[in-house]
Amino acid sequence: MKELNFPFDGKDIIRRRLALKKALLSDGTVRVKKKVAVLGGSTTNHVVSALELFLLNFGIEPEFYQSEYNKFYEDAVFGNPELDSFDPDIIYIHTTSRNLTMLPESPAEKPESVQQRLDEQFSVFRQVWDSLTQRYSCPIIQNNFELPLFRRTGSFDGWSVTGQAAFIQRMNVMLSDHARTAQGLYIHDINYLSAVCGLAKWHDAEAWYLYKYAMSTAVIPDLAYSLACIIKSIYGKNHKVIDLDLDNTLWGGVIGDDGQEGIEIGPETAVGQAYSEFQSFIKGYKDYGVLLAVCSKNEKENAILGLEHPCSVLKPSDFVSLKANWEPKDRNIAESAEELSLGLDSFIFVDDNPAECAIVEGQLPMVQTVNLSNVHDAMYKLTRGGYFEVTSVSEDDMHRSEMYAANAKRAAQRKQFESYEDYLLSLEMNAVICGFEPVYIQRITQLTNKSNQFNLTTKRYNENEIKEVSESGNHICLCGRLLDKFGDNGIVSVVIGRIRGDQLDIELWLMSCRVLKRDMELAMLDELVRHAREKGIKRLNGYYYKTHKNNLVSELYGTFGFTRDCVADNGDSLWHMDIENYENRNKVIKIRYKENNDEQ
Amino acid sequence: MNNNEIVTRLNEVFRDVFGDPSISVTPSTTSADIEDWDSIEHINLVAAVENEFGLRFKMREVSGMKNVGEMMDIIAERGK
Repeated sequence: MKELNFPFDGKDIIRRRLALKKALLSDGTVRVKKKVAVLGGSTTNHVVSALELFLLNFGIEPEFYQSEYNKFYEDAVFGNPELDSFDPDIIYIHTTSRNLTMLPESPAEKPESVQQRLDEQFSVFRQVWDSLTQRYSCPIIQNNFELPLFRRTGSFDGWSVTGQAAFIQRMNVMLSDHARTAQGLYIHDINYLSAVCGLAKWHDAEAWYLYKYAMSTAVIPDLAYSLACIIKSIYGKNHKVIDLDLDNTLWGGVIGDDGQEGIEIGPETAVGQAYSEFQSFIKGYKDYGVLLAVCSKNEKENAILGLEHPCSVLKPSDFVSLKANWEPKDRNIAESAEELSLGLDSFIFVDDNPAECAIVEGQLPMVQTVNLSNVHDAMYKLTRGGYFEVTSVSEDDMHRSEMYAANAKRAAQRKQFESYEDYLLSLEMNAVICGFEPVYIQRITQLTNKSNQFNLTTKRYNENEIKEVSESGNHICLCGRLLDKFGDNGIVSVVIGRIRGDQLDIELWLMSCRVLKRDMELAMLDELVRHAREKGIKRLNGYYYKTHKNNLVSELYGTFGFTRDCVADNGDSLWHMDIENYENRNKVIKIRYKENNDEQ
Repeated sequence: MNNNEIVTRLNEVFRDVFGDPSISVTPSTTSADIEDWDSIEHINLVAAVENEFGLRFKMREVSGMKNVGEMMDIIAERGK
């Protein structure tokens, strides 16, 4: 919904929140439901109202629990039956510098005494996280601390032993140091947010005295948006592609008119410098797994000529899709989405021309457009939009672009073969199929949260839940990594089965769409059967839970040779297969059971 | 700004904040007359009124306003 996209009018959102909520809930979007517990060190009602709207807009339907006023510590450490029965999926701890109770008081205090204060203050929060993790094993989001509005001693407050600003900054470092190694703890950086909003605008003493709000109600939508970005990132709802215009977006000028020597990029001019910085910034996204694409009204040769400018930071090979033609841009974006097997809601479209943005918005409302009126504003707009909010970095993210490029090569080769099986054999595929090794836990969790199409049950797991099933004797857990002569596709398939007597209920079966039609699903099935037989299992039960995105696999179990037991009115179906006479199906992928083992 | 103009604009704010297009406020309207007007919604209402009329209520005013009429008096004095 346009009103809720960045940059939004926070005051208008709060005023019209009931109407906006109603419109969102009746727009026909299918949303994932999540239970969000908000444990506050100040009043949280406004935060929850705004957060609800932003989450709905991100495709998440939240249900909320709010602690009593300033009972975050009590709820977490001593427990609360109401919170227990709420059984949160995620917990947000809304504390601020107002909740720092150990601030230094006198300039006479010695460094050791201040250190002791820091340790004691930190341990309050440490207890909160530890006991919440123990009770609920779900992700926890913790605000860090904002700087105060005023400083009795001026700059000295920020660097002296007993300064309050100094204390707050040291606390923030302690929080970050801890969160980097703690599992499932995410820092919400209100220290940055309050600075970017302006501390004078952020702080509102009257709101504190009147309502016990720890910040001005005017900035609460900013806080809620930034928080919603973390939550959607945890649930794998980030955007995945930046689709960029070229002329006056990646360089100054029009390549078709000005020629390669005429466009502005590089250190020679002020404008050229601005575009260079923007290009470097965009290129940096590749390391976080974001894919880059071009969508430009140009002759293709000219587009490539521009990207081959000696000062261009971005080269043609940085893009997984390069559309330069005179077709409408919405059509080009739709084609790119199809080629990459990605949903349109994964796309950010960046263009300097407001008319192009308007056309794309009109034709493809699920594409997020960013109108870049000034190149120097672009980085701020893109980052505050939170489209690519990072909550973890997996090894896979850093190589995602290469994987998509390798896919393009595979597609080129496919045409030269007689039969599809010949083609598959030529890929020299190897799969490592094993249990959930610790190094894979993060990627497996990520996959369970973002795979929608090739996903039979669309059951979502958090990191702790994945760890739990991986250690449970009652489950068979398999993950599969596919390699071929063009590269490593990483972990692409996950299967979880629960043992019930001599039957196995397949609770999760998913595969990344980038390895569709490679027979990887057959390799996984073979392995699943092998493991099942070792455990004395005679029958596999398959479940297909229909969503609006997983039609692709509605008949998967049928193609595996399962028998359909029933189909419900909503399209869900139940399947089974007896495995006593099962014969291996995969003929094109060599299987390894461990990373470095020889094939078996 | 006359009282008519104030009451018209104020009414729009009330309708938005309480999500009820049938609301029609008068100077004598109090929180008892509007079902959802509790202390939480009061905060939303105050913020929305401040925004609509470009003014800031004083702390005493926020906690002391007895009815819509008192709110209108403050708006007439300082609102835009």
